[in-house]
Amino acid sequence: MQPVTPRANGSGQEAVFETEVLIIGGGVTGVGIMRDLALRGIHAILIDKRDLCAGASGGNHGLLHSGARYVSNDLDSARECRREGALLKRLAGHCIEDCGGLFVAVEGDDEAFATNFPALCAQADILCEPLAPALARELEPHLSERLVQAYRVPDATVDPFRLALENVAHASALMGSLYFPHTEVVSFARQGDRIATVFCHDRRNDRPLAIRALQVVNAGGAWAMNIARLAGCDDVRLLYSKGTLLVTHDRLASHVVNRLRRPGDGDILVPGGTVSILGTTSLRTDDLESTRPTVEEVEVNIREGSAMLPMLAEARYIRAFSRVRPLLQPAGRGGDRDAARGFALIDHEEQGLSNFCTITGGKLTTFRLMAEKASDLVAKRLGNTTSCRTALEPLPHGSACRWTEPGASPRYWFKESKPGDMILCECEMVPQSAIDEIVDAAPGKEEQMGLEAIALRSRAGKGPCQGSFCGIRICSYLYDRGYYRDPSGLHHMRRFFDERFKGQRAVVWGGQAAQMELAEALHCGLLGLDTLDMEDR
Amino acid sequence: MMPPTITLPEASMPEESRTITTELAIIGTGIAGFAAAVFALERKLTMAMAGSTGALAYTTGYLDLLGKLQGTAHAVDDPWQALEELRRSEPEHPLSRIAPAAIERAFTLFTDFLGREGLAYTPVGRNNLQIMTPVGTVKPTLSVPATMAAGPALMASGSPCVIVDFHGLKGFSGRQAVANLSQRWPQLETARLAFPGSRGGELYPEIAARSLQVPEIRQQLAEMLRQAAGTAPAVGLPALLGMHRPDLVLEDLQRLSGLTLFEVPTMPPAVPGIRLRELFARALPQHGVAIVPQQKVQHLRLDENGAHLTLGDNYGTIAIHAKAVILATGRFLSGGLEARRDTIREPLLDLPVAQPSGRSQWYEERYTDPRGHAIHRAGIVVDQAFRPLGGDGHPFHPRLFAAGIILAHQDWIRSRSGAGIAIASAYRAVDEAARLLGR
Repeated sequence: MQPVTPRANGSGQEAVFETEVLIIGGGVTGVGIMRDLALRGIHAILIDKRDLCAGASGGNHGLLHSGARYVSNDLDSARECRREGALLKRLAGHCIEDCGGLFVAVEGDDEAFATNFPALCAQADILCEPLAPALARELEPHLSERLVQAYRVPDATVDPFRLALENVAHASALMGSLYFPHTEVVSFARQGDRIATVFCHDRRNDRPLAIRALQVVNAGGAWAMNIARLAGCDDVRLLYSKGTLLVTHDRLASHVVNRLRRPGDGDILVPGGTVSILGTTSLRTDDLESTRPTVEEVEVNIREGSAMLPMLAEARYIRAFSRVRPLLQPAGRGGDRDAARGFALIDHEEQGLSNFCTITGGKLTTFRLMAEKASDLVAKRLGNTTSCRTALEPLPHGSACRWTEPGASPRYWFKESKPGDMILCECEMVPQSAIDEIVDAAPGKEEQMGLEAIALRSRAGKGPCQGSFCGIRICSYLYDRGYYRDPSGLHHMRRFFDERFKGQRAVVWGGQAAQMELAEALHCGLLGLDTLDMEDR
Repeated sequence: MMPPTITLPEASMPEESRTITTELAIIGTGIAGFAAAVFALERKLTMAMAGSTGALAYTTGYLDLLGKLQGTAHAVDDPWQALEELRRSEPEHPLSRIAPAAIERAFTLFTDFLGREGLAYTPVGRNNLQIMTPVGTVKPTLSVPATMAAGPALMASGSPCVIVDFHGLKGFSGRQAVANLSQRWPQLETARLAFPGSRGGELYPEIAARSLQVPEIRQQLAEMLRQAAGTAPAVGLPALLGMHRPDLVLEDLQRLSGLTLFEVPTMPPAVPGIRLRELFARALPQHGVAIVPQQKVQHLRLDENGAHLTLGDNYGTIAIHAKAVILATGRFLSGGLEARRDTIREPLLDLPVAQPSGRSQWYEERYTDPRGHAIHRAGIVVDQAFRPLGGDGHPFHPRLFAAGIILAHQDWIRSRSGAGIAIASAYRAVDEAARLLGR
């Protein structure tokens, strides 16, 4: 099978692209498949209706599970996590902080559960070291005085954005595979047992495009059921669970801290560079699009989390975020947390299709394995006999992918020390040169990137000011370098602030209320972003 | 043998306690507090002030009265007429409770004072000025520093003009201003200069402004401006033309360059706010006002004789006894209001705060929603004499008055009325305090 060269503007006005494999969904699974296929010599086009990690891939704790979290209800998942976690630590160390994890029980927690825990971990071959509560509190001084049991496990954290960017960059370097952000599937054209053409819509410039591929992979995550239905397949059945997480102003613990009980609300605190992430809630939902954190969910997380670390009740929070997790519809009874957290690969052959498959469910830690399974099927269908290499081949370091790592920007900036390279985001120390590199070379760069897309590829806007100052500075800088040339730059700026606010709205109190008031006085009172459209008229 | 004992001397600086007795105490050193001081001086009241001046540095120097009415699409052109509409649509708004003549008198007194102290402002007129912002949008405001005055007229006439910016000055891009103003002002161009004496790297506006007090630096800049202007007769540049007497710096640069010049505010905190802060810190003590700068009032007690404030600095306790007190402590940024997880509080006296029923009601879903957010309308409710109301609906105390954006039933951000509310309500509060004091 020869790789097919993509070809634009094939017929009429509609841009047409050809490829061997079209992958729908730019979450970690989709990007993992893109790279896995490239390592087998297969060209792919990846599309996402928003951008990389816009769904559950970017909306979680960033926890690379040791597997211990699942020993009580899903030993298979636990073992899978243990294997995949160890593999990623070896092959993608630059996306991972191997911080270790603790499981802690406080007075009132189920003692039998806690006592059973080491034996369950042993069954899954997960290292589990008992710690005296006093020692655990020495390791993590914010832990509750009411701690009764503690264990140490090999949990770690992973940066899903860096992971996604590196996977896309590698696939592009190997095979010239392409990634189109903001590109949404509109319809599938079937011919017999094949999907011949996928009609898409480019949401940025409002233009149609068509993609012809030999194989189509639906890696749509929570959207996978809707995408499958568009293709006429009714064999993907998902439930949706909305999870809300909080970001603290400071890093409150150096380990992942898990509550030693059956999985429940607000029972994991994960370090994320200079902050900590507390979550999650779990709420059944039917609405995939409107996932804003609510005040109630924020309060549940704080209440539950502060049982483990009492200072969470007083902490300053800079952000909350919600995402919808896809859960495979369970056959039996049980709550959402017991619903299978495993993944499913559906070949759709019973639906009369031979070149379409869906992969969904699963979790961040096992994304590589999911990509392997999907790629195996696709390669087999294409007659490609190369075996999977993602379990052997280290993930490269891409220069334009490196700006998402917390705390790394100042290091790069200082090391390179270019004269005149000014810091634009002062909370996270993101310099002009980072913005240059991203708009010039980052995976998924567009003709005119918005500030959100730049922020996704860097730490800009992730600090306490949540972009309210650096959004202005980065926008000015982009005008300066001639990247923005008309009022659309201000609309990008406003969209960025509106987007960031969705995550701030439910945590505005204390210091954040002062921050927010100042930001709004600047953005609306002075710059008039609230009347931008009226100005245009 | 016992080791020798070492006796440490008593602390060499004993705590001294200082007491100030005066007629009026003003808590808060933002626009409202300083405006109250100006009006109280006019009334020949003795006074003491305390507060931190952090938020003042965030002003652009523009003095807004009323730039936008809730629910209308357009910027307000005639704020006096808009005030009449406000009186009908928002009768509880602080500006609806003050006679327009008093508002006008307050603005005039305030800007006259600034002018006398070296920071001239444009006369308070019938219409708003339409003036550019650092990103090239246009904002309605009532009065601006004289150093910014030429901008609106040049924009209105569409005269050729060059916006100059400087290497290393973050957040101010001439290209951005031009890109956003080009429809309205086609003959606007831009040029980038190296600030005189700058050796690359970041340019800090405050330092640049202070350096322009030096004649040689002005000479160099004037020459650069002349070249950058080309054939254009006018140049706009970031607000860094001197810290004290910027009007003289501007005049000198105009003389040297032969150009019409005007300042454009940079992103706050910036020079125009620092100018105001420094002006008040210098001028008010010269007029006999006791200012306890950068100290938060820790305690305020009210009794039949007056108000008793407790503050502290590194040298000990300071007590202020006054016959009346004006609370001008601002909102969340300045600490006049506190947003807790479940409620909004006034921390000094625990005054009742009019507010939405819960945190989920504070904000609309969309940040830049033109309707604004309920949290901004929270605040202290006052009676006709600008006395805060207690829980029983009666004045909390006959000697307590409130002024500025701490007041409820207004959204100063969306209505572009922050300075207007501050200046006008300070005028009314001082008026009522003076009446109480028999002045």
